[in-house]
Amino acid sequence: MDKDNAKPVDEQVKKGVTKLVVTVFAMFAFGFALVPLYDVFCDITGLNGKTATTAATVNADGIDTSRIIKVQFISRTAQGAAWQFTPEMNSIEVHPGEMKFVKFYAKNESGRDGVAQAVPSVSPGLAASYFQKIECFCFNQQPLKSTEDVWMPLQFYVDIDLPEEINELTLSYTLYDITDSAKS
Amino acid sequence: MTTATDTLDHHDDDHHDHKMTGIKRWLYTTNHKDIGTLYLWFSFIMLLTGGAMAMVIRAELFQPGLQIVEPDFFNQMTTVHGLIMVFGAIMPAFTGLANWMLPMMIGAPDMALPRLNNWSFWILPFAFSILLASLFMESGGPNFGWTFYAPLSTTYSNGSTAFFVFAVHIMGISSIMGAINIVVTIMNLRAPGMTYMKMPLFVWTFFITAYLLIAVMPVLAGTVTMVLTDTYFGTSFFNAAGGGDPVMFQHIFWFFGHPEVYIMILPAFGIVSTIIPAFARKQLFGYSSMVYATSSIAFLSFIVWAHHMFTTGMPLAGELFFMYCTMLIAVPTGVKVFNWVATMWQGSMTFETPMLFSVAFVILFTIGGFSGLMLAMTPVDFQYHDTYFVVAHFHYVLVTGSLFSIYAGAYYWLPKWTGHMYSEKLGKWHFWCSIISVNLLFFPMHFLGLAGMPRRIPDYALQFADFNKWVSIGGFAFGLSQLIFLVLVIKCIKGGEKAPAKPWDGAEGLEWEVPSPAPYHTFSTPPEIK
Repeated sequence: MDKDNAKPVDEQVKKGVTKLVVTVFAMFAFGFALVPLYDVFCDITGLNGKTATTAATVNADGIDTSRIIKVQFISRTAQGAAWQFTPEMNSIEVHPGEMKFVKFYAKNESGRDGVAQAVPSVSPGLAASYFQKIECFCFNQQPLKSTEDVWMPLQFYVDIDLPEEINELTLSYTLYDITDSAKS
Repeated sequence: MTTATDTLDHHDDDHHDHKMTGIKRWLYTTNHKDIGTLYLWFSFIMLLTGGAMAMVIRAELFQPGLQIVEPDFFNQMTTVHGLIMVFGAIMPAFTGLANWMLPMMIGAPDMALPRLNNWSFWILPFAFSILLASLFMESGGPNFGWTFYAPLSTTYSNGSTAFFVFAVHIMGISSIMGAINIVVTIMNLRAPGMTYMKMPLFVWTFFITAYLLIAVMPVLAGTVTMVLTDTYFGTSFFNAAGGGDPVMFQHIFWFFGHPEVYIMILPAFGIVSTIIPAFARKQLFGYSSMVYATSSIAFLSFIVWAHHMFTTGMPLAGELFFMYCTMLIAVPTGVKVFNWVATMWQGSMTFETPMLFSVAFVILFTIGGFSGLMLAMTPVDFQYHDTYFVVAHFHYVLVTGSLFSIYAGAYYWLPKWTGHMYSEKLGKWHFWCSIISVNLLFFPMHFLGLAGMPRRIPDYALQFADFNKWVSIGGFAFGLSQLIFLVLVIKCIKGGEKAPAKPWDGAEGLEWEVPSPAPYHTFSTPPEIK
């Protein structure tokens, strides 16, 4: 193409290129926008089993004594976290709406002072939004000196609106050693 | 448009065949034919490179147990084989065909942005040098699979992530620039009278593919950037410890990844839709339905990504949505296959090499499509997921689909490119060796997968030994068969029977109106389309 001779085509080309380059940048931004969008989407639909990261208010809807829900506890440490981490019991039976208090034991065996963060996940994922935590150690980071141990509290109830077909749910905690990132 | 037409005439002769000599001609070239040639050679070199890695994989899997390579190196081979074949062989080959043929097919003198064209090619060798160089470094090359799932590529990275990310960035920039060029060329440089619905289907498929590239390559760039910052700068996009989500990686990756598979097959549809009518000596059946089918496939490709993730624990509603949407794609694809068959129906067919590859494409791509439908069904996908059944599926659509269509196109246009007829005898040898070996290579993989052999593992249970032996033999034979093509192309460039302007009597299109070999500058005066 000869530049100075073909003005009208050149101008159209320029316009086309501008539009497409803007699209490219918009799609690049959209890739990043998917991150918060994904969180919002999962929050609404309860897809990924993530529980609320802030404390729920106390239950005011009464207790449904006709149903019994089995809540199982699983705890594991992520790779590289040399901590002991166990629930005081493997499972507990609750009525929907009924408040329960469970403790988790953690001990720092890494040989250095450290900070840990527990990340919860509920299975089946759809039950996550019905699992209400009044108090949870997962809301905060847990610093522990070397060889120190602690009993960490979890206070929860299962929402009375929990779908009929769910009779059993599993609360899984993964403990991460975040000493390095907590420092910085 | 008329202004452009008038003014283009007079400068026609002031740079007639004015090209630099030696390496500079290729380094500085802005000629679409030169750049097309560069792309095609580059992709063939990459095909052989990625193919060599596949040979390492098949050699290791020839018999059970670990004998030739370390498991970690095996993982690097599967990863880099995938990356090279996708981004280095198939995609540049299509861009090369687009560069060579698009301007000639729409009656344009060149691509709209020739300088950009030069850049988009010449950054590619750097991308692949970075990627391949990482294989020779102490930490080794990327070993997390071409899908680079977090946390394999972040938390458990062997140190190659940065090289991988920068290589993918450069490949992405190259593809985006190429795609922008294709779109503005088609929109602005069509010969007067060539309306959109008069464009050859080849042009249509590249037009739609270019839009797909512009839409999803930036998302890939975003994904690799997140992987980069997660690995080296302490962000937590995909790290659960910091509030991120590794499953989200898969969502974002496959939002790019699924349109990507159509980026690699839509141009193939265009090529085959050009070749089958030429050798059936009939017009393409259902031109406009082909255009609409291609567009609907492109649209649907954006809403099916999670069918790659059925086993990640999606709720039932999600599984059903993605299952049905995926199956919906079979409808426009079925329209296309029907049209190809209907084009051949009662045509006076001859079976020169391009036609052989095209007919093989229709049959074998359909087999790949059927196994794709099986994989689309959520309940059975739980069995097929991550097995050799998946490997068989995507190799049927990518090797006997995309690669075969590229071969068909190369044979079809070789006389136009070189000015010589290729050796039909060698071409037939290439075809028959390829078709036999490729089925020996990939067909038994279906059964291996159904029997439970997992993919990406360097060892396997004893009961899979016999099939794997045959698969490996097929692999070596297929690899060697491709060298026939290399010999054929070199012979065709060096000499051979002089090709007429239109060597195929059933062929249609503007590219056959210029002499063979196509002169350095074509259509400096746009042709008139009635």
